[in-house]
Amino acid sequence: MYKAEECKYAKSHEWVHVDGDIATVGISDHAQKEISDIVFVELPEIGKQVEAGKQAAVVESVKSASDFYAPVSGEVVEVNEAVKSEPSLTNQEAHGKGFFFKIKLSKPEELDNLLSFDDYKASL
Amino acid sequence: MQNLNKTALYNEMEKVGGKMVDFFGWALPIHFGSILAEHKIVREHCGIFDVSHMGQIFVEGKDAYKFIQLINTNNVKNEAGRGAYSHIPNDNGGIIDDVINFCLSEEKFLIIVNASTQEKDFEWFNKKATGLDVKITNESKNFSMLAVQGPEAMQIIEKLEPKALEIKRFGILACQIFGQDSFITRTGYTGEDGVEVIIPHSTAPKIWQFFLENGSKPCGLGARDILRLEAGYLLYGADIDDTHSPIEAGYGWVVKLKNDREYPSKEIFAKQKAEGVKTKLTGFVVSGGVPRSGCEILYNGNVVGKLTSGVFSPLFKGIGVGYIPTDLPEDAEFEINFGNRMGKAQKTKIPFYNNKV
Repeated sequence: MYKAEECKYAKSHEWVHVDGDIATVGISDHAQKEISDIVFVELPEIGKQVEAGKQAAVVESVKSASDFYAPVSGEVVEVNEAVKSEPSLTNQEAHGKGFFFKIKLSKPEELDNLLSFDDYKASL
Repeated sequence: MQNLNKTALYNEMEKVGGKMVDFFGWALPIHFGSILAEHKIVREHCGIFDVSHMGQIFVEGKDAYKFIQLINTNNVKNEAGRGAYSHIPNDNGGIIDDVINFCLSEEKFLIIVNASTQEKDFEWFNKKATGLDVKITNESKNFSMLAVQGPEAMQIIEKLEPKALEIKRFGILACQIFGQDSFITRTGYTGEDGVEVIIPHSTAPKIWQFFLENGSKPCGLGARDILRLEAGYLLYGADIDDTHSPIEAGYGWVVKLKNDREYPSKEIFAKQKAEGVKTKLTGFVVSGGVPRSGCEILYNGNVVGKLTSGVFSPLFKGIGVGYIPTDLPEDAEFEINFGNRMGKAQKTKIPFYNNKV
């Protein structure tokens, strides 16, 4: 689990959990509730360079398709294969089994641009 | 939600978690928590839908049956208790609406029309009634309507009205429910067995409660759209409209030609049936994403059509329908443009799901 309280957030509802220079990312619990039944997740390939604020994945629910923006920049080092075959994992555990991928941080200072858990909560 | 029409069940539905959206000017629930869970309930148990936005137009008088025969492509029996799904054609080979006609008595019929087409229908009906001895009344504002759908629907409706079990598919029963004149029809938009009840607003909340207490679960528009598309039912305004014919829509079976009655565009439809049509509504199973209405359909890299409907189906994953040319090879491979990427589309027969109701 990547405790919601320990994560940082983008305004566009992505969370980041940092461990050393590895950032795990996913969508917030609030976001998964809003978009409801997730039925399709397209994730980047391992090795891909993602850039903060740029589209890096697609999340589709029964109702709509949403872009997922990388909250921080770096190289994708791990992709959650489980969520690709069972997208509902993100509905069940947005901060756990339903994470999206892991990034090796190239600009750790970008973390300062993200919201704390309390600030994110207050923004909803 | 302030400027929207509210049904008599608005408060009841909000109480049980209905997430309301604007549906053609009506505040109706898109879901009550999970679209997929509601889809499953209807396929396996029983779901109820508020369909009060649907319209009820009554046709009464000596020439009522003559009128019915004049406006419909399908044959409707003049036999109390029977009904038929049909298209209302315009003069140019298009469809004004798709409706269900019910015979209440020799001289009285009830036509269930779509919400968004009510006024257009009423106007057209009046035009067609010129010179006939019929009175046409739009009573859409006076009725609530509930759809009770799923394999367990009939055992639940039986508790409310035992005679409902005797209603034939597309049949109607006029009866009293909680002391008020009501109708029960053996119809639906889900591909499952079940009924629709047409009731005055005054008893609607009570009947809604009755169904909930007897094991049915509230379902919203999201599940309804998946269920109807799986079952191959058309959505007026999306899959059919004033410019597409029933034959192009794959609904040639509602266009009856072997009769001596005249109705608009009959000759056009006869020609289309004999010679074929240039485009036809075609079903696709799509992989790599969720197909939505408006997605382009490609063949050999060229856009050959657009999806008119598309959903995620728990039974088939992505499914959609759209008009494409009929002269493409039988084994043609198609692609769907999701907007930001492409997916493969396999041509499939409609309906996707057939429970033989």
